[in-house]
Amino acid sequence: MQDVIVIEAGRRERNYWLDLWRYRELFRVLAWRDLSVRYKQTVIGLLWALIRPVLSMLVLTIIFGRIARLPSDGTAPYPLMVLAGILPWTFFSTGLSEASNSLINNANLISKVYFPRLIVPTATVVVALVDFLISFSILVLMMAWYQFLPGWQILVLPVFVLLAFFANIGPALWITALNVKYRDFRYVIPFIVQFGLYVSPVGFSSSVVPEQWRLLYSLNPMVGVIDGFRWCILGGQSELYAPALAMSIGVTAFLLWFGVRRFRMMEKSFADLI
Amino acid sequence: MPDVVITVENLSKSYLLGHNTGVWASNHTLRDVIGREARNFTRKAIDVFRGRQVVQGDEVEEFWALKNVSFEVKRGEVLGIIGRNGAGKSTLLKILSRITEPTRGRINIRGRVSSLLEVGTGFHPELTGRENIYLNGAILGMTQREIRKKFDEIVAFAEVEQFLDTPVKRYSSGMYVRLAFAVAAHLEPEILVVDEVLSVGDAAFQRKCMGKMSDVTQQGRTILLVSHNMTAVLNICSKGLLLSAGRVGVLGDASDCVRQYMREVTQVKQIPLEFRTDRLGNGSVKFIRAYFANNCLSTINEVRSGDDITIVMELENNTGAPLTRFHVSAPIRDGSDNIICYLSSALQRNDFDYIPYSKTIRIGIRIPKFQVVPGRYALTLFSTVRDELADWIKGALTFEVQPGDYYGTGKLPVVEQGQFLANYSFCDMSGLSNEVASCDRSHLSDETARTA
Repeated sequence: MQDVIVIEAGRRERNYWLDLWRYRELFRVLAWRDLSVRYKQTVIGLLWALIRPVLSMLVLTIIFGRIARLPSDGTAPYPLMVLAGILPWTFFSTGLSEASNSLINNANLISKVYFPRLIVPTATVVVALVDFLISFSILVLMMAWYQFLPGWQILVLPVFVLLAFFANIGPALWITALNVKYRDFRYVIPFIVQFGLYVSPVGFSSSVVPEQWRLLYSLNPMVGVIDGFRWCILGGQSELYAPALAMSIGVTAFLLWFGVRRFRMMEKSFADLI
Repeated sequence: MPDVVITVENLSKSYLLGHNTGVWASNHTLRDVIGREARNFTRKAIDVFRGRQVVQGDEVEEFWALKNVSFEVKRGEVLGIIGRNGAGKSTLLKILSRITEPTRGRINIRGRVSSLLEVGTGFHPELTGRENIYLNGAILGMTQREIRKKFDEIVAFAEVEQFLDTPVKRYSSGMYVRLAFAVAAHLEPEILVVDEVLSVGDAAFQRKCMGKMSDVTQQGRTILLVSHNMTAVLNICSKGLLLSAGRVGVLGDASDCVRQYMREVTQVKQIPLEFRTDRLGNGSVKFIRAYFANNCLSTINEVRSGDDITIVMELENNTGAPLTRFHVSAPIRDGSDNIICYLSSALQRNDFDYIPYSKTIRIGIRIPKFQVVPGRYALTLFSTVRDELADWIKGALTFEVQPGDYYGTGKLPVVEQGQFLANYSFCDMSGLSNEVASCDRSHLSDETARTA
């Protein structure tokens, strides 16, 4: 009739995932809190979610399109191609950097209340996702400006949004858990994010990468995500290189599994270490 | 049929502590420092490599916050967990509420647990009172529907109707605490784990909280309560658990636990006053000795109810000058840490306006017929010079009052019959018509007696 909770050293919660479901309301409330606090006491509020990608688009278009004269995908306008890469990249970078600090920022919760800790970083990534969805309006405006009509591929976009979400969660969980134990990671994250912008095909098309390196290049999970986005948004102008996509999905799945596993291993000691 | 809802078996929890050995302080040549840092770095690197916790310091020591703690709690019981600071109370609650994991041992819990280790956990300063009620409720494990249902009740309890849509960062600290407690007070779990949250808010609010707590008890919920407030423990708890240094000291009756706890606390305080370091104040005047004396001012070792006693305090004047506007207070606390009377120079006379200079000052408080029931008491000493705190020692003198012959009948009330021996007399008033008349007559008879 009643559920019995057993507390023991090293015991894996048998109903962890059930607990996660039970705490879905907390998840919703935490995400809502982060969202409503995010732009409190700012003047332009939500506009920040739009300004950042626009500015990066301008800079990257000038550097890679004008100065380096790299080719675009097919006949797609260069700024549009860059924007299609920047949106998922911004999602990834904000998600990763905010999620990795999320546990430390919520230290008072962690040390005073029990709930499946997975909720905290995941809620943070969801907040980044909302920002990401808002910034889509820029894309719509840009497409109208260039009078560029997407093809049927745009319907597949939600699948890639999901892929982007998982590609984000996996590493975020791992790093946030490590961050609780070793604060060194606080300094590693900005570096990863900065570095990743140039390693991932954000300012340029991945078709620039020589054929024999494409598969290796796709070990970066964001390659598959960004390529997928471009394929959906730019219609047939950007071709999808299937082996690379499969590789990226594989890496994403592995990182997700690995991240959740590591997170759960360290989860119990968070309250002692934080 | 009371059944067991919580079973704790051999619970232990260890933490790693880092120490800095004296190397840093004593010989800090560059070579020593480099050597030390290199050793530390190597150790940390190995720790990281093995996935262990990084501990600052040269030496790592294992510290057992809890050691082999076992107990059971039955449905509807209110267990008071007491103990001195660092006895492991909070660690125990943290393990029970699944915030941290034990190192060894096992706990079985039947039923939904809500823990309240802090009021206002997760309150966000930028959000309004209304939003924070929902946020805090969700954090404490209430569903949105439950909160919506109790929303008005919570707001009324907290008395913040006017400020519901103000961000809580603009709240006064009292309002903040009231709102936080109000949310917590409306939790309805089967098992409630509470840590020292009764000590917030003003007196009226505290009374309200105590009322709420006893309501909850009457509904047959199980409560585990950590508190330093012995009166609260005695009032609310049916059972007690005294932890000392991570082990179970006493498990049983709440009053037994409180008694043992008070004994433990006072034992530490048997150091002579001069050597006590747990004092506050600027030290311009310091208590160096306090003792009981009889009418002839010779020291007595035993105090009995009804004795004429004098509390003698010896103070050291460190100002090098005569004392002006000097004030002394000596509250007496009973075994449950309640102040039963407040002896103060400010109440009884004007403060000592002037005490000529001498290194040692002796001040006495004469108490005719000590009106206190037998038991264990502690005297706190407190003094100010020109409204500045000079010296303050809690539990400066602990003493046992022995049974004495206060009423001249050889009888005293028993423990449950109060703590104070009033000065009264009984008489037969049936022959007198009414009060006024008797008063007048006695007045008259006095007059006639005088004229006669």
